[in-house]
This record gives sequence, structure tokens and C-alpha cells, in this order.
Amino acid sequence: MVSLWPSIEPLLDGVAKPARYIGGEQGATVPLHGDDQVAWLLIYPDTYEIGLPNQGLQILYELLNERPDALAERTYAPWIDMESAMRAAGVPLFSVENHLAAGDFDVMAFNLSAELVYTNVLNLIDLAGVPVRGADRTSSHPVVLAGGHCTFNPEPLADFVDAFVLGDGEEVVGEINDVLAGWLATEPELRERAALLEGLASVEGVYVPSLYRVDFEGQVLTGISPKTPAAPAQVVKRTISDLAEWPYPKNQLVPLTEVVHDRLNVEVFRGCTRGCRFCQAGMITRPVRERPAAQVRSMIRAGLERTGYDEVALTSLSTADFSSIEDTVRAVVGGECGDQQVSVSLPSLRVDAFTVATATQIAHARRTGLTFAPEGGTWRMRRVINKLITEEDLYSAVDAAFSNGWRRVKLYFLIGLPTERDEDVLGIAELARRCVEIGRRHHRGPTIVASVGGFVPKPQTPFQWFGQDTAAELRRKVNLLKDACRPVRGLSLRWHDPEATVVEGLASRGDRRMGAVIERVWRAGGTFQEWSECFDLSKWEAALEAEGLSLESVTYRDREPDEVLAWDHLSAGLHRDFLWSDWQDALAAVAVEDCRWTPCYDCGACTDAGIEHVVASNVPPAGGSQGTGQDLAVGDRVPVRFVTAAGVR
Amino acid sequence: MADRLRVRFAKVGKIRFTSHRDVARMWERALRRSGLPVARSQGFNPRPLVAFGLALPTGCESLAEYLDVTLATPVDRPTAVPPWGDSYPDLGTLGLALSEFLPEGIDVGALAMVGSDASSLQQEVTSCSWELEVLGVTAAELVRRVELLLDAPTVSVRRERKGRHFDDDLRPSVRSLALFEPPEGSTASGSSSGFLRAELATRPRGVRPRELVEVLGTDVVLARARRTQQWIDCDGARFEPLSADDLGRAVSAPHAMERAS
Repeated sequence: MVSLWPSIEPLLDGVAKPARYIGGEQGATVPLHGDDQVAWLLIYPDTYEIGLPNQGLQILYELLNERPDALAERTYAPWIDMESAMRAAGVPLFSVENHLAAGDFDVMAFNLSAELVYTNVLNLIDLAGVPVRGADRTSSHPVVLAGGHCTFNPEPLADFVDAFVLGDGEEVVGEINDVLAGWLATEPELRERAALLEGLASVEGVYVPSLYRVDFEGQVLTGISPKTPAAPAQVVKRTISDLAEWPYPKNQLVPLTEVVHDRLNVEVFRGCTRGCRFCQAGMITRPVRERPAAQVRSMIRAGLERTGYDEVALTSLSTADFSSIEDTVRAVVGGECGDQQVSVSLPSLRVDAFTVATATQIAHARRTGLTFAPEGGTWRMRRVINKLITEEDLYSAVDAAFSNGWRRVKLYFLIGLPTERDEDVLGIAELARRCVEIGRRHHRGPTIVASVGGFVPKPQTPFQWFGQDTAAELRRKVNLLKDACRPVRGLSLRWHDPEATVVEGLASRGDRRMGAVIERVWRAGGTFQEWSECFDLSKWEAALEAEGLSLESVTYRDREPDEVLAWDHLSAGLHRDFLWSDWQDALAAVAVEDCRWTPCYDCGACTDAGIEHVVASNVPPAGGSQGTGQDLAVGDRVPVRFVTAAGVR
Repeated sequence: MADRLRVRFAKVGKIRFTSHRDVARMWERALRRSGLPVARSQGFNPRPLVAFGLALPTGCESLAEYLDVTLATPVDRPTAVPPWGDSYPDLGTLGLALSEFLPEGIDVGALAMVGSDASSLQQEVTSCSWELEVLGVTAAELVRRVELLLDAPTVSVRRERKGRHFDDDLRPSVRSLALFEPPEGSTASGSSSGFLRAELATRPRGVRPRELVEVLGTDVVLARARRTQQWIDCDGARFEPLSADDLGRAVSAPHAMERAS
């Protein structure tokens, strides 16, 4: 294997942000390649600055490089300018550590965090000089794997990826390495790709799509079943039972150039049982597994000392639900985790005054902005989606924020939710307007940013049966909001492109026929579709038409109750009848509480896997809001003190 | 005003593809790891008081980059600073330690305390010396082009700023330009290259190595650029803000520094 650096170097003077391609991060391993090691290339199919901070990829990178029988390098999607320079110079996709050709590796393993990167996956396989379709590869090509949240419906990529991994990667990555090492130990001319694929299918949590038959009657999917006894009828996700056993990453990568989330990240728990029905992450990562507080502190201390960062993010879904959040924040701010001034960021905050007080305490060094996510504009809407933030919660949180010196608060909402009426959409403007009024009591020019995204129904959630809003309908709703927000000084509205939302829906719930559509869009040059400057709806429409498919059939229609879903043979641990009854509850605007602190709903995530929540406190955190112990019938009652004239509080 | 620590460092190898801002961030992290009591700005968003000199274009190497670090307490006053135990290291040890905290390719060459009367690096530096490796034309042709450039009364380049076109004259900023023979083994691209040594002024208008090579002809390609010195002109003499052998010497102001040859 030969370093491609001498051919890469001359290209870098002519491209934007060349530091993306040089490696050299603190914490990186530059492995020596030998015959006894399975060589993994871990790939994030978006730009370096988006992909580098990904914690899942970094965890696997460390675990593999710790093994004597494995090694791992990384790569990211080269930006368009670099890709064309590479293609013109005949330089294939390369790793950033040793600058080796991707085709020199035994495994190309993709992180799939978002659907709109799918065309990039094809492009990167091609840029590696590897046939994009799995069926065209031989035993001399790398095996193409993928993990991450999108693998809970991987069918759109089934033709291109050899095996998908469902759930937590920490344990299964070693088991996969064992299979690969065994296969690579045979003489090259005796290696059979079919044997490797069957070996991979025998690993729990690994889905090998080529071993399954997909049946259609006309346009209707009627079944997905194993072609061979080597493949299980249903593949169930992997779950690690105790985060304490996995204190990774131990050597978080510190990039040489600017990336998103450029700070120390420490995962405080995995999983979330708030039960928000639109949230795929909260459904597929159950149960809640907290990291012990002492381990969190020691990871922060060691991480700050090693990296020199002055900011640490406590990462998880809904971080304020961490049992030891107060103590942890106090320890960091109080200097118990290092000698220098450090700020803490909580990427996802619960909406209550207590949380704001915490945020204020931790933001003494750098006060940027606070973001709350009520998601729905009315209490009825929020019961439907089970995001149980009362108006009082929101107003008291916003009041606390402005009275603690914050001047800008961002609110995040979804439109296009099930059962949504125009009054729910307009409720977003009304909530935001009242938040501006609250701000005026404290400051002269408060700003509320209302950020509105279009809802995309996700597999393995109660909303998987829901017919997504059309792009035209989403645009109409955005226009309603624009009109309602325009007169309000201090209120600024932002929205996500409805057309990109619709294409995300195609990839989210599409079946195996979507592969040909993705391939057409890629061949038409449609890479980096999650970047607004590159997104092109017309390419998708043309590809759908050429394949005899339509937005209507894939995204806009409601699924039938007994319909076979493209991901029915894959399980995130949730029983289909649990999801269905939760869907029925949603339609009736019936809310459910968080099972972390209340009885079990038998969703299946714990019981089937023989695991349970790992939570240090058996009572809800201070504040107690969002569906734990509150009177859910009165959530839309607005406290008088907030509707009277300014000055009365 | 408190004491300032002036550091001279190199940026060579792959890391030359990082930007000026990237290098500033590397230094902020390295200084935090060093435990040095760096003074912080007042106000809403306190930042460490670290000042960098002239920005180095992304992709260029340098043997002479500078930064000034304002310290909250003077270096000669013992204070508890990890990882040094209960006192500061001497400046020589500090230089080695800082290199350890910095990525490969960023190396501290010299450092010294400068008095509070020292003015800012950005304002003081009047010219920079460069070594340029170029491809595309023969050595004889390169000599001819260099002579043409030096003989020209003006060298006009058209630049766009804020949507308007400006014709800039680069000639006054080219103080010297000549071919040279590099030492064995120090070249990037082998025998076909030509090597230029240039001194480019920062005023009236700074000239980037790439701009200089462009005016030598469209067929001349810049393969590698390395800043070797930054210069301060003062009363007819020329100084470096800190010369390469100023390791650990305390100097009161850059003007008192060693006279360059």
C-alpha cells in the first residue's frame, strides 16, 4: 500500500478549506498496516467539518484501533471542488491518516445519520473505485457496511451496502471483526463473498439485505423474507446494557481546523423515554442508560486536560433529564474538573425554569443563545405528539431566561404533524408573540427566533403510518406563519425548505425500489443534497418518474393498518402493536408519561432484550414537568400574570 | 500593562494547509494546556489576550511566525501553575513544553519577554522574506522574467474588492527578487523547479507569493512558498521581532533586539 499524499498535495492549493484533507488531529491513530489486521475505513458521508465530531464514529475508531486484530482510519466526503480535482487527477477516495486508497481497506464502513446523504454514499463507493452495487463486487473488493440511526429502514440503500448494523455498535463491531478476520485468513483465491455475507448475517443485529427476498403485488409491498436459513426472519438491534463499561471516546479527536461542535463532548446517557411520538431517536435508543456521575466527571477532567478545550457539552437526548445534572454542572463550573474557566453546554434542554437557572449558571463565561423545543403550537397538538410542555412551562422558562440576562431565545417547532389544523400552525405565532411580550418586560429589544421544520414521519415510530404533508401544503403553512409573524417586532421566523423535507421523506420510508431512484439522482450529479446550495428537487422528480414511482405512493399517503412496511423485518425492540396503539392514542390526543419514573407500557425495548433502565434517581428531576406527575388536562391554561399588562408579574 | 511573552514559531509540512484562524485556535488550546496565566479581555465574552502578527496565507509554510501573549502575572513571580508545580519553568523549558502541546509541524523556535512598550506585531512588520519554488518554465526563462519584472516601472494587477475593480501596482512592494540554489534534498518537486528568494513589503500594499508568481507569467506555477523572516524597518536598520536564537532572553522592546545581518 502506497501513500497517495504526493498526488493529493498538489490538489490542495486549488480547493477550499484544504485542512479537511490532511488529518493530523490530536488523538488520531496512524496505524501500521499488517496482514493480521482487518483494515477498516470509517466513512462519514458528509463534509469533514460535519463528520469529524461524530461521536459514534470516534467510539468505533478507538475500539477497533485498540484491538490487535483490527485497525481503523477515517475519511469524509470531499467537497465538490476537491472531488472534481481528484477525479481529474485519478486520485481515489483516501483515508486522512495514512492517505491510503479506500480500495486498499478490507471494510468501508459508513455512518448513516441522515437520509439526505444517501447519494453521497454511492458517490464515495464510486470514488473509491468500487462498484456501487453490491451484486457487482467480488471478493477482492472491500465489504461495504453501514451503521447509525438510518439503518432502521435501510431498504433504500439495500442494493449498495453489503450489511447494515442496527443499534449500539460497541459490542457488535468486535463480533463483525471476528467474522472478517476469519474470512480474510483463508487464501485470497478461496475466499467467497457469499460465505462472508452469510457469516455477517449470523451476527446478531447485522442485516444482510441480499439474503432477503422482497415481494410486490403490483405497487404493493407484500413481504420481505430470508432466502436462506443463514439469515434471521427478523433482525433485532443491539443494545449495550451499561454505558459505564464503555467510557469512550477516551481520546476525542481535536481537529486542526474548525468543525461543528468544536468542544469536548461527554455522553451522559443514551436513550430517552419521554415518548415524543415524532422522535425516531427517542424510540430506537431505548431504554435509558445513564453513565455514573463519577465517570462523567472523570471523563470531563481528563478530556479538558488533554484537549485544552474550554467548553464541554454534556450530550444525550434531553440532557437535563440526567439524574446528576445539577451536581455535574456544579462540579465543572466550580472547578472540580480542571483549573481553568470552562463553559458547559447542554445541547438539548427541557423547558422549565429550573433548567434555565442551570443554563444561566453554566453560561457565565459565554452567553450565546437558549433554544427550547415546544415542537407544537397548541396544547392539543403537543398532546398528539406527546411533547408535554404546558404553556405555563414555556412562559416561565422564557421569563426566567430573559430575567437572567438572556436577550435571545430560539423556539423550535414542527409543522405538518398528524391531525394538524391551521389553528395549531397559527398557535406557533401566538406562542412566539407572547414570548416576545415576556421579553419586553426585561429588555428593550428581546428577540424570539421561531424556527419551523417540516415533519418527516420516521420508521419504527408511532407516526410511521402517517401520510406526510405535501410540499405545497407545507409551503401554505409556512406562508400562514409568515403573515402572522410579520407584524410582531422582535419575532423572527425561519423555516426549512419544504422540498428538502419531502425528499427526506422519500429516503426515510422508501422501500427497496428507492435504490434505483437514488442511483439516478447520483448519476445526474445530485450529491450533497442536504446542502441547500446543492439540493435539487427536479433531479428527484425525474428519477421517480423514470422508475414509475411517485411522491404520493411513497410519502404522501397514509399507510394501511395491516400493510407490510419496508422495515417490518427489522426491529428496534418496539412491538408493532405498541407503536400502533401509541398511534391511536396520538390521533385521540391522549398523552402518556415517561416510563423511566412510571409503570411500563410494555413497548418491548427492555423486556425482549432482558435489560432495563439504568437511572440513578427514581424520581423525576426537579421541575417535574413534561408529563411526569402534572395535570395533563389543564396544559393550555395560561396563567393570568402573563396575560395582563406589562409590569404585573 | 502587564508583561508580554513573544513567541516565534514555525509552521511546516501538512499543517501549512490550515488557516491563520486555525493556528490561533491551536495556540489557545495549547496555552490552556500549558497552564500559563494568560490575561483575558474584559467584558461580555472574555477572550485570552493573544495577538498574532501578519496572517500567513493558507498553504504557505513559515519559519518566522509570531504571537504575543499577555500574561496576568509576570513570569518571574513564582505562582502555582500546573503542570509546572509551584513555579514557572525557565523560558527554554517553556518553549519545548509548548511545542509538545502543539500539533506536529508547529514548533516554537524562540521566545522572550517583551516590555509593555513594544508595539503590535501587525503594525510593526514592514516586509517579509520568502523562498518560493516554482514550476513551468526553464531556469533561463525564469531569470529573464525576473529581470523584466524588476526593470518595469510599474507592475499592474487587477483586483476585485466589494464588487469593484481596482488596478494595483505591485512593483513598489517587491523589494528584491532573485533566483537561488536550494540545499540538497530540500526541494518539494524535484529537478524541474526554479527557486526564488523575494522580499515583499507589507506597505503600501501587501503582496502574496501567489500574486508575485502570477505576474511572472500564466505559465509559472507556485509549488511551494515559505516565509523565512519578518522584518521591522526602523531608522534605516532592519530587525526581526525575535530572531531565531532569542531563546529565553528577556528583552525590553523589539528595537533592542539583535540587529539582523
